[in-house]
Amino acid sequence: MHSDDGITKKTDSPRKRSIANDLAGKQQEISVTEFFEKNKHILGFDSRSKALLMGIKEAVDNSLDACEEAGVLPDISVSVERTEEDEEYRITIEDNGPGIVHHMMPNVFGRLLFGSRFHAQRQSRGQQGIGISATVMYGNITTGKSARVMSKIEEEDTAWVMDITVDTKKNRPDVKNDNPFIWPDKVHGTRIEYYIRGRYIKGKQSVFEYLKNTAIVNPHAEITYTDPDGKRYLFARATSRLPPKSKEVKPHIHGLEIGDMMRLARDSKQKTLRNFLKNDFSRISDRVANDILEISGLNGEMRTSAVTRDNCRDLVNAVSMVKIMAPPTDCLSPIGEDLIKKGLKHVLEGHRPEYYAPPVTRAPRVANGNAFIIEAGIVYGGELTSEGQVTILRFANRVPLLYQQGACAITKAVESIDWRNYGLEQRGGKGIPYGPAIILVHIASTKVPFTSEGKEAVANIEEIGKEVALALRLCARSLKGHLNKKERKKKTRAKFDVVQQILPEIAEKSATMLGRPVPSLDSTITKIMNVVWVEPFSSTGKKGLRHLRYNIYNYTTTPKSFMLHSVLPRSCLNETIMSDILVEVTEDGKTTWKVDSLPPAACLELEFQLDGELSDVFEESDIFVSGLNPAMIMGADQLPGDWGIKGMDISESESYMDEEEEEIEEEVLDDDD
Amino acid sequence: MTTTERQEKAVRELLHIAESVYDQLDQGDIPQMNLSLRSKKNIEFDARKNVWTYGGLTANRSAKTIKGATLMLRTLHMVDFIRDMIDNKHSSTLREMYYISEGWGNGKFHSQDESNLLAEDLEIVSRCMREDFKLRPEEDGARVIGDLTIIETDRKGKRKTINCRDDVGDSGYSIPYNVEKEKIEMKSAGADFIIAIETGGMFDRLVENGFDEQSNALLVHLKGQPARSTRRFMKRLNEEMGLPVVVFTDGDPWSFRIFASIAYGAIKTAHISDYLATPSAEYVGITSSDILNYDLPSDKLSDQDVAALKSELNDPRFNDEFWRSEIEAMLQMGKKAEQQALAKYGLDFVTETYLPEKLSQMGIMF
Repeated sequence: MHSDDGITKKTDSPRKRSIANDLAGKQQEISVTEFFEKNKHILGFDSRSKALLMGIKEAVDNSLDACEEAGVLPDISVSVERTEEDEEYRITIEDNGPGIVHHMMPNVFGRLLFGSRFHAQRQSRGQQGIGISATVMYGNITTGKSARVMSKIEEEDTAWVMDITVDTKKNRPDVKNDNPFIWPDKVHGTRIEYYIRGRYIKGKQSVFEYLKNTAIVNPHAEITYTDPDGKRYLFARATSRLPPKSKEVKPHIHGLEIGDMMRLARDSKQKTLRNFLKNDFSRISDRVANDILEISGLNGEMRTSAVTRDNCRDLVNAVSMVKIMAPPTDCLSPIGEDLIKKGLKHVLEGHRPEYYAPPVTRAPRVANGNAFIIEAGIVYGGELTSEGQVTILRFANRVPLLYQQGACAITKAVESIDWRNYGLEQRGGKGIPYGPAIILVHIASTKVPFTSEGKEAVANIEEIGKEVALALRLCARSLKGHLNKKERKKKTRAKFDVVQQILPEIAEKSATMLGRPVPSLDSTITKIMNVVWVEPFSSTGKKGLRHLRYNIYNYTTTPKSFMLHSVLPRSCLNETIMSDILVEVTEDGKTTWKVDSLPPAACLELEFQLDGELSDVFEESDIFVSGLNPAMIMGADQLPGDWGIKGMDISESESYMDEEEEEIEEEVLDDDD
Repeated sequence: MTTTERQEKAVRELLHIAESVYDQLDQGDIPQMNLSLRSKKNIEFDARKNVWTYGGLTANRSAKTIKGATLMLRTLHMVDFIRDMIDNKHSSTLREMYYISEGWGNGKFHSQDESNLLAEDLEIVSRCMREDFKLRPEEDGARVIGDLTIIETDRKGKRKTINCRDDVGDSGYSIPYNVEKEKIEMKSAGADFIIAIETGGMFDRLVENGFDEQSNALLVHLKGQPARSTRRFMKRLNEEMGLPVVVFTDGDPWSFRIFASIAYGAIKTAHISDYLATPSAEYVGITSSDILNYDLPSDKLSDQDVAALKSELNDPRFNDEFWRSEIEAMLQMGKKAEQQALAKYGLDFVTETYLPEKLSQMGIMF
């Protein structure tokens, strides 16, 4: 690196060469730290308001990573306080992570690019180790004040506190006031306080929004936030299930560039090329290694240290022609469909959304040698604002992405879908749709391809875009299904009003006028409805206990027998789901009830309770029917074909005539009298 | 039939509706009511009566839908209400009934239009008139000025002889909502013809210019779309006194419809066209050709105007050569004009020049 603007001038005339020589005298190595100091925007510190948020984000990311690695349920508190100086804030982040051993503290907080994860192929929030030390550095530079770090590990009785600044010339921490102390009531954990010049804002890119979104995708974390006005917010823990620990894996050879291959070969401890291929990469068997060697025309016994650039080029070309198993995916830790829903519900319940589309977790895929998984969810309706575009929540490895929405592959995938097919408004079938919806997309990967070091937007890679669109389509289809159901229900609801309210009034009025007894309406009602009506009621009792009741009315002219089915959350199953008409509950929660000969105009109640943490994940409208023409039932869907239950021995012979309501065309009467 | 007989018949007919609904429910069926379809699709020319009436198309209102069930419930309440009024010798306005419906549970009216339409539906079903149900319209009757003598039985039962030119002020005689024989008797008419005028401004102009005496005309103010009593009044004069009727309106699509409701029968009240319409009525203007011939100040047709004209082209009542050419000419020139545009040539122009010219062409004035 010879200058910070990176421009090299050609020097082809003697006079210019002398200028070049002059310059050479001034040219000197600058440290990585100095480079970043002068290019703060690369790290995301490009505006005052963003700088404030980015520092907190780095610290919280580290805390969450550390807690998960140690198998601890994270308790994180964040506070932002105004100081006496203009635009200066004091930020404090404290966690209950494993803590940092005393002698490592200076490097972790005071040295850029120092970290344990830079070369590891695993999913984690922080990936480059630039984050927290860059925050300390930015704070040092803008306020002239050092950061105070405290940490305690479980094995020691005393905690340590020290003030750290970053020596930008040497990229070394500068430590003062390094002292042991007793940290009351703290078993283990870390706390950092630093000062930063920044701007505190509210809204879409605020600290609050970042922490709220973090809580959605980290339902196992408890986050407390104190804002500059002293107001405290608590994002309570929604589940005590820790995400499974992600494992470290060897790189996958697919998608490596020539330079990557050269670096890996140079650093390899393997003696021969064949062993290098077999042992340093994942999913390379003897047969695959042979294929690669054969196609590239290289000798497997050649020494790894002798591999040239041209050899690497041939290897990369050969790899693209060989079929190799996708990388192992146990290195990834998706949030999971249940917990996405749980997190969304927990944080968004205040908006009373009318529908949570079942979240989708796609199977792992590979892009550029890295495994990734896409997850998506859609929340719709209720008190979500219907003005303007939908909200897109983007996440990478459980970290919310708040900036550069437009440049992100996730946004582009959202824009590529014609949402009009799924019940959302969209101008011209392109762009971000409009309506009362929140779209959530999470990408989990051993290495998320960001567009820059600021880690704000996912790079536009074809495989990723395709997967996001696929996941979203699945959610969108559920949404459309919900909207259709709602529409159908509205129609039946109207009939219900007729038979429940208006018809009795008609009967009574006509009877009074004529001085006759009020006629029985059962037969008329069944003729009007001609449907079996399943109406759910749900109430929540003490923590985790849910009471569910289905009123099943037979509004048809004949007795009806059929089966009802639902999938109940496995962990909530116990004797509380017992019911007279219960047929069976399988290991995986598939539950069947049998309704036997329900007479016309009769009503049956099906009641049960769910008890446990996931009880609120169950959607009461997710009830299915078999043994009855689906057009004859309202409030339950036809049992999907892949349900896999035998014994549908009830047959439905009555044919259902789809009586469309004849709409009487009421013409505007032109003339008046 | 006497009033009492007619009212008894009305109650009988209306109770049939309640019985039919009750019986259908009692048999376990979905109650239904069949009503004539009240749209221009279902308008037919009755050659015998020389007016347009409803054809055979019916709309089935079933209690299966909220709309149908609500209508049925309302009908029952309304029938009960009418029976009550007849029993207690009360009458009410349509608007009062709209407010009374507050107590009708799910049958309450949501707008006055709904109550007006239902009253007309009941006329169709019961083959009685709204007046027999003791329901009166809200609007006050139109004004009449000219040499006509009538005998009106007033609210105290006193018979009063009134000459509509000499016994009234400048605002004329006001037509009551009931113009049947027991209320009004046509005694004698000195006027030669009736001129029905759309706007109040033009009515007052003709009154001020003394057109009634100068041309021996009976002036009737229509107030836009004429009320049923106004149309009935003109029809009786036409039939009983042999007075020809001419209609003088603005030159726009809505005015054409005013004329049609007088001469051919309105779509809304086609079930009683033979009772309200005056088939021999003629249109004076403003015509499309008047706009050109008299070079009248005009306005551009609005989008609604154009749509109304186009709709009139498929209205069977306008399906003759005169109206076809008038409507097409107006569409082509894209302009409309008001009656009062004639003032361009002075305040007397309408009575001195325009009407005499037009009426003599029609053979009404010489």
